[in-house]
Amino acid sequence: MPTEQIKNNESWAQNLCHCTPVRWITGQCGHLGIQGRTLTVMIPYVWLLILFLAPFLIVFKISFSEIRIAIPPYAPLYQLVDDVYLQITLNLMNYKRLLDDALYVNSYLSSLKIASLSTVLTLMVGYPIAYGMARAPRTWRLPLLMLVILPFWTSFLIRVYAWIGILKPEGFLNMALMWLGVIDEPLVILHTNIAVYIGIVYSYLPFMILPLYSNLEKMDHSLLEAASDLGCPPHKAFWKITFPMSMPGVIAGCFLVFIPAVGEFVIPDLLGGSSTLMIGKTLWAEFFNNRDWPLASAVAVILLLMLVVPIVWFQKFQTRRASMGE
Amino acid sequence: MIKRWSWFNKISLILGFAFLYIPIFLLVIYSFNESRLVTVWAGFSTKWYGQLMQNEGILNAAFVTLKVAFISSTLATILGTMAGFSMVRFGRFRGRTLFNGMIYAPLVMPEVITGLSLLLMFVAISFDRGMWTITLAHTTFSMCYVGVVIQSRLSSFDRSIEEAAMDLGCTPLKTFFVVTLPVIMPAVLSGWLLSFTLSLDDLVIASFTTGPGATTLPMKIYSMVRFGVTPEINAISTILIGVVAIGVVIASFMHKRREDQRQKNEMLAASAH
Repeated sequence: MPTEQIKNNESWAQNLCHCTPVRWITGQCGHLGIQGRTLTVMIPYVWLLILFLAPFLIVFKISFSEIRIAIPPYAPLYQLVDDVYLQITLNLMNYKRLLDDALYVNSYLSSLKIASLSTVLTLMVGYPIAYGMARAPRTWRLPLLMLVILPFWTSFLIRVYAWIGILKPEGFLNMALMWLGVIDEPLVILHTNIAVYIGIVYSYLPFMILPLYSNLEKMDHSLLEAASDLGCPPHKAFWKITFPMSMPGVIAGCFLVFIPAVGEFVIPDLLGGSSTLMIGKTLWAEFFNNRDWPLASAVAVILLLMLVVPIVWFQKFQTRRASMGE
Repeated sequence: MIKRWSWFNKISLILGFAFLYIPIFLLVIYSFNESRLVTVWAGFSTKWYGQLMQNEGILNAAFVTLKVAFISSTLATILGTMAGFSMVRFGRFRGRTLFNGMIYAPLVMPEVITGLSLLLMFVAISFDRGMWTITLAHTTFSMCYVGVVIQSRLSSFDRSIEEAAMDLGCTPLKTFFVVTLPVIMPAVLSGWLLSFTLSLDDLVIASFTTGPGATTLPMKIYSMVRFGVTPEINAISTILIGVVAIGVVIASFMHKRREDQRQKNEMLAASAH
């Protein structure tokens, strides 16, 4: 760093450390015996406790209450009766409805099916791209990486919207296919599950490519050379060496696609049809159209329980990768 | 030596990038279409942009979105930097597992759950819903992204310069602002930019946590899309894509300049020995 810049930084920090509010806060914390380091942990910690953890407990609580036509539209769980009895009403009705009504069971199952199939499809589309990037000449890699990341920065909603214009009966895809003479009549793709698969693969592709690329790029090529010296054909070497070694990238990518895809709302809502069942859509409809907040909460609780295993597993996996310095 | 970049690799790259970019290009091109029919080309025109400028609903929504994005990304950058710093530097404090969990979970949590839970919390404490509730919600999930970015930057940080500053009598707070912050500044800035675009982008969480009177641009676009594809939506989309693309290009340009400067300094330092 040039000396000038250090001086600038220093005087700026000097001012900051000596300005009244900062001095007051550090002073107060000093009185209370709280060190700066405790404060650094505590502020984000408390923020997340209040705005991330507490809300989940509230969802859990409300999933046991009864719908009511009031503001807010749910009954309280406990109330004082005659000033002495604390009456707690745990209403399991919402969960019973989730089990009884085929709509909800089918929504969960179909979400899992759509998410897993699209994860596999994303892997199949993403792997060759990541592989091509990792084997590209060194000077090409950074621009290619930028090109993968750039769509991720542009709006998700807009990228999904772009596909409506492509997939609809008089859209670009049908026009192109008809002009080429492949088909005589427009294909119905929009508002079917196929459109949902395309939408998920398209939107989540960067999430798959990035972990795969960072894994493949670091791969040691001496093993492949050894295999080829020993007469192993390239495609066999790929399946015996490259693919197994890229497994951490494959797993990370699959999690990053699968978990959010299960609860996806925008894609099935805009690209799917009325027969497309996905749990995010069902929850949305329950909340905004039927205004049944307790039932929507129960839907959310079950969805969370379904995802808790993959999320915890993924987290362990990530922490292990982080500690290995990846 | 094995042949490195085969035809298969090149073709898969070309097809892959075509898949990623053609939809966006079509969207941008047809925002300049004269015709109201989005897929039929009827000549170049910028009239849809003109109409946008007169659409008060969209302008208001854009203003709300920018305010929310600006405030939430700034808050998220401060909180996320603290969180990332805590995770790397403070070792095993009590409740660390929960803390890590709360940082990583929002990254993969379905948006419908996050949105619903935040809304129910705001209702439970009777917090007036509107622009501020969206801002708080966005800050919460963005700070986790910033936390992860800062964490990964700090884990490859050379601590000896910090130790040197402390040995020379610098307080920890001052050390952070004079030594650590300037070094991790690119990561902090990219965290801010990431938070800003995440906030600009969010439909689901904003729809849940909003109140009367606060409509963000994605919410407006979503309600327009439900009525069908129109060139106006293409025009807003093009503006948004343009803004983000310019932002990313400027950021990477700045990053490159800093890198060049750093390399030059290192070379100077090496030659001075």
